Amino acid sequence: MFAFTQEDENKIEKIVKKYPFKQSALLPLLTLVQRREGYISPEAMQAIGKKLDMSPGYVQSVMSFYTMYHTEPTGRYIILFCHNISCQLNGADDLFAYTGKKLGVNGGGTTADKKFTLHKEECLAACCGAPMMRVNDTFYENLTTEKIDQILDSLP
Amino acid sequence: MQKAFAKKPEEIVEMVKASGLRGRGGAGFPAGLKWSFLAKDVFPRYLACNADESEPGTCKDRELLEKNPHLLIEGIIVTCYACRIETGYIYYRGEFQHASDLMDRAIEEASKKGYLGQNIMGSGMNLDLFTHLGAGAYICGEESALLNSLEGMRGEPRLKPPFPAVEGLYGKPTVINNVETLCVVPWIINEGAEKHAALGTEKSKGTKLVSVSGHVKKPGNYEIVLGTPTSELIYDMAGGIRNDNKLKAFIPGGSSANILPADKVDVPYDYEAIAEAGSMLGSGALIVMDHTVNIVESALRMSYFYMHESCGKCTPCREGTRWMWQILNDIQNGQGSNEQVEKLEDICDNMSFKCFCALGDAAVAPVASSIMHFRSDYDELIKKLTTSSVAR
Repeated sequence: MFAFTQEDENKIEKIVKKYPFKQSALLPLLTLVQRREGYISPEAMQAIGKKLDMSPGYVQSVMSFYTMYHTEPTGRYIILFCHNISCQLNGADDLFAYTGKKLGVNGGGTTADKKFTLHKEECLAACCGAPMMRVNDTFYENLTTEKIDQILDSLP
Repeated sequence: MQKAFAKKPEEIVEMVKASGLRGRGGAGFPAGLKWSFLAKDVFPRYLACNADESEPGTCKDRELLEKNPHLLIEGIIVTCYACRIETGYIYYRGEFQHASDLMDRAIEEASKKGYLGQNIMGSGMNLDLFTHLGAGAYICGEESALLNSLEGMRGEPRLKPPFPAVEGLYGKPTVINNVETLCVVPWIINEGAEKHAALGTEKSKGTKLVSVSGHVKKPGNYEIVLGTPTSELIYDMAGGIRNDNKLKAFIPGGSSANILPADKVDVPYDYEAIAEAGSMLGSGALIVMDHTVNIVESALRMSYFYMHESCGKCTPCREGTRWMWQILNDIQNGQGSNEQVEKLEDICDNMSFKCFCALGDAAVAPVASSIMHFRSDYDELIKKLTTSSVAR
């Protein structure tokens, strides 16, 4: 069962105050749930809908538009691997394949121990540091196989 | 800001007009002129700062946002003063959580010093500034889609007119500008419009941040006076081509700009000269490709992006982007034919200026320009199919 915690409620109160119309708080609330739970369940959509006077169907229709919201549980670390043009020109495809092989999720997916979720991603605005990946909120640029090993092996 | 507050708001709009500052996000529309379109006597008004940097090849806004959030705040305060706006939102793409957190801190610092909030520095001006994060959608960099997303909807673009200056956020007059554009405003106030207009060319005034990426030795963000030759950017500032390879192609303005062949590399980096050369300056993202590149593969990669990012609202873009990717994928994998290249050209024709927003036109750019300038790359891949079928 999904329920907002007291800490959530405090955050939500502050968020809603930023806007003259509370519909604008939809993405911030979806993001709050995504970050805390790792995905957004139907129960969470209902809770958000209730909070903002929206139908769960509407919440889902907005949620499904944006790539950062997941409907299935994700790993503790979400690795977004850029495969767009500047990164592709700098060897991103091989490094993505390397990372997939290393984690045992060729082509992307979530590891069995639920530690990592790996996905190809579109341009993350780090083109001058290509090739790059984003692990949760951190950008890692100028990647090599050694750096990828270093970064991923050091994550607790 | 004291210099700004010493003038009347209308004077600042005129100053920015006179400076020749053009939007730095991609469209290059004169900033001061856009501000002057605000519907008269309609309040409240809003400011939306477009920090949704997502144009492939572009990473200059992120540098500004992470390294100098106070500069952006200052630019926003002056702009809101000039346009009589009391509420501003900075719309960050969802992946910029770090930059948004930094800005929250910067806003708190600025508020404590009395630069935001009520009666700023005794000027009588009020301004509340908030950060807002998107959640992963390139289309939300389109100004009207950004506003829809900010209102808590799917990030689909709106019909224009009406333009945001008349009916924008929550249906109210809204100024919407790119991060870099707003960051130039304090400089114009401090140094004067004439000094800004003295830099650059006749119609492309001032300086531009250019993200240089791809096959260069020193990729990075470089600030140039508009009109600097592109070759200087590539060979002097960015250190030349990696491994001293030969230049094959370059894209001056992000993946939505036409690919240009190497013989155009001396084109001055300004809006007019690049347009005349057959491309566009766009967001200021210079992507460099050396002789090892198969342009069809590059076009395929970029076409995947547009297919992925199409909002799906209008048929020509939704279907056209998917279809182009499918055909390019076939060609790249040895299943191509001349008829398919003709079909690509046909699809480009049926998408150009026929989609609901500019994403459709952007999707056409890599395909149409690669066929125009690098037909031999296509022919080579098509030959492979013919050869192998003969061998069978």
